[in-house]
Amino acid sequence: MAEFRMPSLGADMEAGTLIEWLVKPGDKVKRGDIVAVVETQKGAIEIEIYEPGQVEEILVPLKTKVPVGTPLARIRSEGEAAVPAQAAPIAPAITIAGVPEAAPPAAQPPFPSLAVPGGPAETRVSPAARRLAQMHGLDLSAVRGSGPGGAIVLADVERSLGAPVVQAEQKRAIGLDLDAMRVAIAAAMARSKREIPHYYLQHQVDVTPCEKWLEKANAVRPPSERLLMGALAIKSVALAARRFPAFNGFYQGGRYEPSAAIHTGVAIAIRGGGLAAPALRDADNLPLDELMSRLRDLVQRTRAGRLRSSEIADSTITVSSLGERGVEALYGIIYPPQVALVGFGKAVQRPWVADGAVVPRSVVTITLSADHRVSDGHAGALFLSEIGRLLEEPDKL
Amino acid sequence: MNEGDIRKILNEELGNIAPEADLQKLDPSADLREALDIDSIDFLNFITAIHHRLGIDVPELDYPKLFTLDGAVNYLASRLKRANG
Repeated sequence: MAEFRMPSLGADMEAGTLIEWLVKPGDKVKRGDIVAVVETQKGAIEIEIYEPGQVEEILVPLKTKVPVGTPLARIRSEGEAAVPAQAAPIAPAITIAGVPEAAPPAAQPPFPSLAVPGGPAETRVSPAARRLAQMHGLDLSAVRGSGPGGAIVLADVERSLGAPVVQAEQKRAIGLDLDAMRVAIAAAMARSKREIPHYYLQHQVDVTPCEKWLEKANAVRPPSERLLMGALAIKSVALAARRFPAFNGFYQGGRYEPSAAIHTGVAIAIRGGGLAAPALRDADNLPLDELMSRLRDLVQRTRAGRLRSSEIADSTITVSSLGERGVEALYGIIYPPQVALVGFGKAVQRPWVADGAVVPRSVVTITLSADHRVSDGHAGALFLSEIGRLLEEPDKL
Repeated sequence: MNEGDIRKILNEELGNIAPEADLQKLDPSADLREALDIDSIDFLNFITAIHHRLGIDVPELDYPKLFTLDGAVNYLASRLKRANG
């Protein structure tokens, strides 16, 4: 029996409020499924599960704030026998529309075969559904089940009663709490400047080859498949990080652990004054098309306040790009426990010497903020030049 | 489809991109990117939405013609006229 716990979504998170369950007892879950939505200072975060199995019991009711690490649900591993609900310490069971939703008693399959009075003998009913139906004197034979094998679950009874379905209400956009986000940014950035001895490097790169390549690639693509400079920037950083592990990982408990996976945090500005840097996972392995569509999706969900837990906590290095309306250079503050941030200024037309002649070129200033406890300026310079070198050949990204 | 219809569609799509903006107060000759704090991904989403709603594929070279609301309406109206004529 595994416990699904309130995850830590960053060093600064102490507690989260459960605002939506997307699974119910009896549901099968697989690795990566989104099972709940938790509200944090960073907005509403979709929580993924990593252990496959079957939801045995929901332990924390909606709208409850619980500390990081609190068990939220019990998950039965595949092949594991069901355990009677009372065998484990239990938090109050979930409450929907004022009716306690008890876990199915020791059961395999999840819904015990309880015949519906007057209904087909094989119809099964969840205990909570049965209780609610009894309370309202509802004839269950008139209810259509939507659970596994046509079982009648609580939502079916609620629908029949015309009772407000809590889940539908919860689906409303939560929106971002920019004040809370500001508090979270303040905590993380103050910690960074307190603990991390930053050093900064900068490097000017001729991105004319990137612009020409993008122009050519995009000329034959519909708008939905067009690429942006930002995708090239992220890919170049991710590829360079493969060769320079001192910039991709976490510094925790007095020691540095490089990460084998490269999840680039992408700094995304939020209208009205917020900032989030969710992870674009495995960026080094994504073809540019895939990276671009993930980036668009990530930006859209960040601004809608709808991120996933793995995107919040997993970044191993951050990329911040000012885009076309910014300024020439930025000197970023590292997001702890990461150890590096690569900044891209906007492209500007500058006189540039190429093959002994002065020519107009599109130039971007790339900066590196890195943790001096982990790396030195020499390694940082090599890392930054590698990014510049990769951008000279965009067709190989 | 007349210019009023195009303007209505563009307003809807800009509202999706910048939901907090008061589009009633948007100066139709102002640079949308400045007025609505639109970045390159937002602008690409705008161009993508135009493609879906109006069937007009705006090439990158023409992007500057859509930087203002008036400019976008004029450009799209003439593209539609050309397509239908």
